[in-house]
Amino acid sequence: MIRLVKLLAISAGLLSLSFTAAAQTQPARDYAITHAKIFTLAGPPIEDGTVLIHDGKISAVGSGLTIPPSAQVIDAKGLQVYPGLFDAVTQMGLSEIGAVRATVDTTETGAFNPDVVAATAILPSSTHIPVTRAAGITEVIAAPASGGFDSGGETNLVGGQASAIHLAGWTIDDMVLNKHAAMVVDWPEIATRSFDFASFSLKEKPFAEAKKDYDKQISQLADYVEQARHYNQALQNAGSARFQRDVKLEAMSLVTRGEVPLLVFADNARQIRDAVDFCDKQKLKMILAGGAEAWKVKDILRSKSVPVILGPTTGAPPEEDDPYDRLLSQPEELRAAGVKVAFASFDNSFARRLGQQAANAVAHGLPYDEGLKGVTLYPAQMFGLDSQLGTIENGKIANLIVTNGDPLDVTTDVRYLFIKGQLTSTDNKQKDLYEKYKNRPKAAR
Amino acid sequence: MKFTPKIFLFLSALSFAASGVGAANEKAAAAPDSAPSTILIRNATILTVSHGTIDKGDILIKDGKIAAVGENLKAPGDAQVIDASGQFVTPGIIDCHSHIAVDGSVNEGSVSVSSMVNIADVLDSDDISIYRDLAGGVTTANILHGSANSIGGQTVVIKLRWGKPASRLPFEGALPGIKFALGENPKRSNFRTPGAPDRYPATRMGVEETIRAAFTEARDYKKSWDDYNQRVAAGEKNLIPPRRDLKLDPLVEVLEGKRYVHAHCYREDEILMLLRVAKEFGFHVQTLQHVLEGYKVADEIAAAGTGASTFSDWWAYKVEAYDAIPYNAALMTQRGIIVSINSDDAAEATHLNQEAAKSIRYGGMSHDDALKMVTLNPAIQLGIDKRVGTIDVGKDADLAIYNHDPLSAYAVVEKTLIDGRVYFDRAKDISDRAALEKEKKDLQEKLGKKPESEKKAGEKKTEEKKPEEKKPEDNPKPQAQLGDGGAR
Repeated sequence: MIRLVKLLAISAGLLSLSFTAAAQTQPARDYAITHAKIFTLAGPPIEDGTVLIHDGKISAVGSGLTIPPSAQVIDAKGLQVYPGLFDAVTQMGLSEIGAVRATVDTTETGAFNPDVVAATAILPSSTHIPVTRAAGITEVIAAPASGGFDSGGETNLVGGQASAIHLAGWTIDDMVLNKHAAMVVDWPEIATRSFDFASFSLKEKPFAEAKKDYDKQISQLADYVEQARHYNQALQNAGSARFQRDVKLEAMSLVTRGEVPLLVFADNARQIRDAVDFCDKQKLKMILAGGAEAWKVKDILRSKSVPVILGPTTGAPPEEDDPYDRLLSQPEELRAAGVKVAFASFDNSFARRLGQQAANAVAHGLPYDEGLKGVTLYPAQMFGLDSQLGTIENGKIANLIVTNGDPLDVTTDVRYLFIKGQLTSTDNKQKDLYEKYKNRPKAAR
Repeated sequence: MKFTPKIFLFLSALSFAASGVGAANEKAAAAPDSAPSTILIRNATILTVSHGTIDKGDILIKDGKIAAVGENLKAPGDAQVIDASGQFVTPGIIDCHSHIAVDGSVNEGSVSVSSMVNIADVLDSDDISIYRDLAGGVTTANILHGSANSIGGQTVVIKLRWGKPASRLPFEGALPGIKFALGENPKRSNFRTPGAPDRYPATRMGVEETIRAAFTEARDYKKSWDDYNQRVAAGEKNLIPPRRDLKLDPLVEVLEGKRYVHAHCYREDEILMLLRVAKEFGFHVQTLQHVLEGYKVADEIAAAGTGASTFSDWWAYKVEAYDAIPYNAALMTQRGIIVSINSDDAAEATHLNQEAAKSIRYGGMSHDDALKMVTLNPAIQLGIDKRVGTIDVGKDADLAIYNHDPLSAYAVVEKTLIDGRVYFDRAKDISDRAALEKEKKDLQEKLGKKPESEKKAGEKKTEEKKPEEKKPEDNPKPQAQLGDGGAR
């Protein structure tokens, strides 16, 4: 039976307000999105195409496909289908209101926290999740200790494990793509000037001293990696013998065994150079996050195949005498040099600006396809999820968006959104407030 | 470093001097003084804002003013011709809430009424943010004091005349303003300076009383002056004038309608509170700034004839921003309020055109209405709409030229004109870079310093955390427990 699902889009969506309709209803298993222009990102766009979804996965993509009778049909004539957007650094679910400490669970105390896992503290019913979803973002990396607007700003040397999650689910188990997507490292910096909150004043340090502190932190990190390596060896060799376990080193050995990449937060050229050098020597897989000055070390990044997740392109350039468009033109400069570039919000409340960040890079020279891949396929590749996500191809998880235009531009609306093959509501608190107050009777004078 | 650039904004409440390194270079590049007095912009799509779009039109500029707008205009012999084929011309972007070009802190946060201080006294014409915002099409900005106090400092409207001295920045004839602030920032909920005592007010109730007390005082003060002046006018001799009070003088100007009130606010209750207090004392609230819950009391704001200047899509950085919705601008517009989209941040100002465009998506605003929110509407809110805000004959030739429809994330500013002079030219900016780089290298060598390319990268790194670099305004978002002042 083929049914039109406009109503269902409103009522049956996951986490929608219509609990009466949704709570007891088993979700549909099959969908067909028809008559759409499909941007698969795995080949040229398909005009008047169909995407079939079965059991959460994309089961067919093309034109003139036979629609199974069980499928709910979404007539997307005049609309476009894209892979859902992937925000590669957020604090999603870990932080609700940045200024309220009680709602912020992003950053542990202490320098080394490799054992803490973002997925543990992600709140599936966070208000941020449906708001972000409405912007066409279907999956994110939730990164602990990732600084940013919404995380309290605190960081650690080793901040913990970032988790890849779908932006829908009744519980975190529904949402998790990979709990152990990356290990967060906040690369130290040579801080000749720092703000001391205890005395609420600016503290200055001679360069030599600041450099010493910097080197010390790096050698601590090297020691820690070394310890994890030895620990892992000992654990392998211990067999059933008595062995004093250490949860932190055990977690860190995920990295030394090469199972989890390091997500290294660094913005300035020296930091990046040192981090790349460090990971190269330690034979660790590295993803650079931030990268405001990545252009200065693009050749190193290319030669060591380190991909970059860039912070917001519309921010202020790091140096006063940088060209005004330094961050805007950087993505194309990196791409042209052979560096893989993704974009991320590094935030929750601004996550919905993800597409805008990529579009601004396109406006400054980045080929459009690269901008689009920078918020879909490339982050999926960086976190080893590209066999499951990032393009519209058979067998991949059906995280898709149906839009009325270019998903990177600021005026485009997301009409339908699928997560794990489920038509998922784009309703959210903000839309509810809009509807409520739009209908406020005119106030008496 | 893993922070969005905004993260340290909250630190701007602290006073540190800004450094002007490197600014001189870009400034020299602008060289606006040699500009010809007659310019013809040709073949552009002209978004006039006042009378629709001219698909292939010309704008003639003479002596800094728009002399003609239309099709196939004739260029006088001495005119510089700008071929804008395929490009879009809009009125220059007006930012109704900015903290650029301020030397040091934007907050005098020690007292709850700081109306004696004036942002105009600390304008910094070397602030690189002026140039960067200019490169985002901004021609005029309302430079505000911070939001640490219920009644904050005096404010000034400037034109972004990059390269001119600070004395040439103020918008001639624009009415000065004063910043008010309601809610979490003036009651210091998210900030605490270690060692400093608590400051009154600590509640929204106290914020109201702080404002009422100040205006009660100002009313009496005004009366004493009015009485004095009357008696002088009546010919009385040897009178002793009332003692001047620099705190109350600006408030008297507010009562007399000679100074605009720009009030930072978030929640519906505090918005209505201020409108009531204004009614009680007989002054007008010119604009509500941020006003993220304005949509809840839009009829009341409209009835007061008060403007609203808000963010496009900011939310959740503090409790009073938790009910913020991106539909705010559209809803307030629907209820008859003059609405503008502002930046509160130097980097945000570089793409205000994009921020305005978001109301097309959120709330179905028309293209024209969206563009108004960063041109005509802020001009009206600042009382300068006779001079700027639309492309009409007789208005100042303050224009932005984009390579694309400006209500899109793909639009890049090609040129920005103020008073008929090209203050920003993207092509020239790009072509000048190599020479500037060389000049910088030569200077560094002369000074015996290693050029940037060979320098140890870490040396500069720490400057990113220097508070003054983020002077725009203090954002209480992440480290809100500790910051000292705050605007948002």
